[in-house]
Amino acid sequence: MNKLQKAIFEKSRKGKIGYSFSPTEFSDDLITIDRKKLREDIKDFPQVSEVEVVRHYTNLAQLNHSVDSGFYPLGSCTMKYNPKINEKIANFEEFSTHPYSPHKFVEGNLEIITTFEEWLKKITAMAAFTITPSAGAHGEITGMMIIKKYLSSKGDTRKIILIPDSAHGTNPASAHFAGYEIKQIPSNKDGIIEVGTLKEYLNKDVAALMMTNPNTLGIFEKNICKISETLHKNGSLLYMDGANMNALMGVVRPGDLGVDVMHLNLHKTFSTPHGGGGPGSGPVGVASYLVEFLPVPYVYKKGKNYFIKHNGEKSIGRIKNFYGNFLVIVRALAYLMSIGKEYIRKVAEDAVLNANYIRKSLEPLLELPYKSKTLHEVIFSDKNLNITTLDIAKSLLDYGIHPFTIYFPLIVHGAMMIEPTETESKETIDEFINAMKKILEKAKTDPEYIKNAPYTTPVSRLDEVLAAREHILKWEKSSE
Amino acid sequence: MRYFPLTDSEREEIKKFLGIKDTKELFSDIPKDKSYYPLNDIPSALTEDKLLEKFKELAKKNRYSNYLSFLGAGAYNHFIPEVVNYLISKGELSTPYTPYQAEVSQGSLQGIFEYQTMIAMLTGMDVSNSSLYDGGTAAAEGVLLALRKSKKNRILIASNLHPEYIEIIHTYIQNLNFEAEFIGFDRESGKIDLTQLKKKIDENCGGFIFQSPNFLGVIEEVKTISDITHNKNAFSVQVTAEAMSLAFLTPAAENGVDIIVGEAQSFGIPIGFGGPYLGFIGAKKEFLRQMPGRIVGQTLDTKGRKGYVLTLSTREQHIKREKATSNICSNQALCALRAAIYLSTMGQKGLKEVSKINHLNTSYFVKEASKLTNINIKYKKNFYNEVVIEIKNNNVEDFIAKLEEKNIIAGVPLKYFYSDFEDSILVNFTEIHKKKDIDKLIKAIGEIE
Amino acid sequence: MNLDDFKFTKEHEWVKIEGDIGIIGISDFAQKEFGDIVYVELPSVGEKVKKGDACANIESVKAVDDIYTPISGEIIEVNKELEDNPENINKDPNGKGWILKIKIEEKKEIENLMDNNQYNDFLNGISQE
Repeated sequence: MNKLQKAIFEKSRKGKIGYSFSPTEFSDDLITIDRKKLREDIKDFPQVSEVEVVRHYTNLAQLNHSVDSGFYPLGSCTMKYNPKINEKIANFEEFSTHPYSPHKFVEGNLEIITTFEEWLKKITAMAAFTITPSAGAHGEITGMMIIKKYLSSKGDTRKIILIPDSAHGTNPASAHFAGYEIKQIPSNKDGIIEVGTLKEYLNKDVAALMMTNPNTLGIFEKNICKISETLHKNGSLLYMDGANMNALMGVVRPGDLGVDVMHLNLHKTFSTPHGGGGPGSGPVGVASYLVEFLPVPYVYKKGKNYFIKHNGEKSIGRIKNFYGNFLVIVRALAYLMSIGKEYIRKVAEDAVLNANYIRKSLEPLLELPYKSKTLHEVIFSDKNLNITTLDIAKSLLDYGIHPFTIYFPLIVHGAMMIEPTETESKETIDEFINAMKKILEKAKTDPEYIKNAPYTTPVSRLDEVLAAREHILKWEKSSE
Repeated sequence: MRYFPLTDSEREEIKKFLGIKDTKELFSDIPKDKSYYPLNDIPSALTEDKLLEKFKELAKKNRYSNYLSFLGAGAYNHFIPEVVNYLISKGELSTPYTPYQAEVSQGSLQGIFEYQTMIAMLTGMDVSNSSLYDGGTAAAEGVLLALRKSKKNRILIASNLHPEYIEIIHTYIQNLNFEAEFIGFDRESGKIDLTQLKKKIDENCGGFIFQSPNFLGVIEEVKTISDITHNKNAFSVQVTAEAMSLAFLTPAAENGVDIIVGEAQSFGIPIGFGGPYLGFIGAKKEFLRQMPGRIVGQTLDTKGRKGYVLTLSTREQHIKREKATSNICSNQALCALRAAIYLSTMGQKGLKEVSKINHLNTSYFVKEASKLTNINIKYKKNFYNEVVIEIKNNNVEDFIAKLEEKNIIAGVPLKYFYSDFEDSILVNFTEIHKKKDIDKLIKAIGEIE
Repeated sequence: MNLDDFKFTKEHEWVKIEGDIGIIGISDFAQKEFGDIVYVELPSVGEKVKKGDACANIESVKAVDDIYTPISGEIIEVNKELEDNPENINKDPNGKGWILKIKIEEKKEIENLMDNNQYNDFLNGISQE
């Protein structure tokens, strides 16, 4: 059932209640605040019964496509299955303690944090991790600040970060908010950064190169070791955006490739739910000479005891309240413990197998802009088609399949970035390939049909121009 | 293993189709001496039953739930109706991605649109967004927004803002060309020193960021503060760490506030050892194009049906890259949806009732505690749901230890934050505390010599 | 519309001279590249700009970009109608979609700009890439 819902405010009726809570034993006489500072009613605030709350959100839920309901091959998002046992564990009452609890009352939580850090160190060969950043972008800005503080501690005031043309928008944005200038460096025809090109862009003002590996084209940056050496010789550092770690986990460790600072996305590689846009978590790992620059607080174990470092002369300071998105970390740790050494490598192996299966199946039908080896995601272009990437994406919706990432990275015309992940069956992938074949066939005989898709979704194509011009950003009584 | 649907024969089939013998061949671009490293130091996989056992062991090492806690200071224990937990656990709400393909994301988009509306209703502001990471980073974004919009580079910061928020603001602005100066607070009243504010604010200031109720639980003179800042063409930026106060006190917009930011964990989000929480922002409409983060807007589909989309994306990093209003991408969307469900369930009546109980409980404590001789309530008026207790005859450690013996966690010692509050703790009361809990605390304190 | 007295820049701005005033807008090619325009940020009247300065900002659903003035001088008028009707730039980029008017400081600056024919050749060159 795909029923569109009225706004909850429209379902409100005066006097309806949805809550149940024991009344106070105290009278209003105890109010000590000046009456003028107290608010009156909250105008138009919801007044619905519990039944209506449940119906409203249950129906809204049914309007969504989700990983739980079907294939979701969004490139660079790693929409893998979110294990349910991890939800049960994250909801244990005992874990939900106040962050300022005295340490001796929360040793379980402190052990979760330190154990998780150990896992990340083993997977990446980085010397230490901070688990405080809330998301990948948050991790990026943290990493950029670490680099800045490290360099300035040596009296070095380099101003530039080099960022490849295929980079995700958060890369330059994060570098900018850390106070850096950005210089874009081009990838070659194979989609990767060449050492020679790097040398052209390198000078004493370059603080670091910010590289995604594998990059947003799904291609391994095979010059990474030489790139790291070249950067280090110049006094610069190598930052690795680990959003695509799903292709490398258990196969190779970024620390072994010369990476100085990197972030991971727990809501990608580590199976925590995307939540419709968050919460995520973006732990940042560093090489040993950068450990003292990590943000505070930093939780560590010495002997049998846990300590929390709240200050550090060299630390970049605090970047988030409390310790990080703790309950997201609990889920990620449960995930790692569930796959263990027996399956950790299978993640990358199956992810890469699935992506290559898609590549070879669709190569005869679509333009493949880069012929390099594909890892966990493959990019096609809509060049030479009589329909656009957007049209194909919207048509997939009618097959119950969420589209791939579209129009990113910008260096590919009409980019279609497809990442199946390892948690998809061959049947599902075959269904996707067949759907693509049908759409491309139909485009030859009836492109108009394709251009007006989708037909079976709860709403059809939405007017983004109207949204941007009218900017109705909240419900108002008069707007009905 | 249950998370890997490919069977061995399917793997063989795919390898055959690809023309390879070994999956390793697909990774041949990776330096051979570094790839396929030995996995011996990684623990073995745990089956579901063993996994549960392991985490139950870890859970046992936490003893917090055995205690009656009065800890607050930016994270609050509130009542969460079961309906909230039930609905947010639905996979259709928790497992989708960011709603870029709006046709199949109307659930998430409408949920967030309604959340934005509720924040706007509570704060009186024109626009809100679909969430920020937490109160501290929201405060930093509030500062950056004020500076961006005013095109100035000086900000004044209240020194009784949550100390962690101050640290976070500092971390963010230290790398950009901005100056910050502190405005002190009066120890007697617990409020911002308005004389100092009037003296230090000038036409070069983008704004003044302050918290109300502040870190010590005291409600500031928000309208007066807004007037002072407007006098010098600066923005009034309010922070609140306890969102429950929004339902009890006059809305920010009515007090002349231009931007309000803060922590909305109090709206149905578990206390979770500090995260994930929910940063919120509300602002007047002239800030719209400078707002950070994702925003959901209403529109029509090709058949004229009402629908929702992410909008005004040209502010964001994926389009504007280094010129974006923020680098934020993934936010705390599911927490925002949780808050929307909580606010819908509690509704007008429930929210107002519960927010009042927070204050009544605190007030009852203050009234009874003034009969005690071994403590002093520092700010007896103008508090919302937190008060500062000065301990007279003991040091703080002994006081806290004696209460722990009675299974009470009294509050957050303030010596970690202010050197002249060595003998004080911050105590919080929410609707969770019943009269008997507050009486237990009073009695226990009274029994300490 | 007769574009004979329009001059164009490589960044797709046009300037039309009327006496000692230069009217500035963006070309038809540019408005197509933008797609539906949703917002125009106009400069303030009285602002003094130098050739090449960013003088306005145009936003569509998928892109946002600065407009650079081809001439130096003082801004004497801005097209306030674009505040409520930014789509005028799409509908009539060379007429109703004009963006701002500048009092020309240095007539020589116009000499290096392309006329309509040269601009069309330039566009053909782009499409062949």
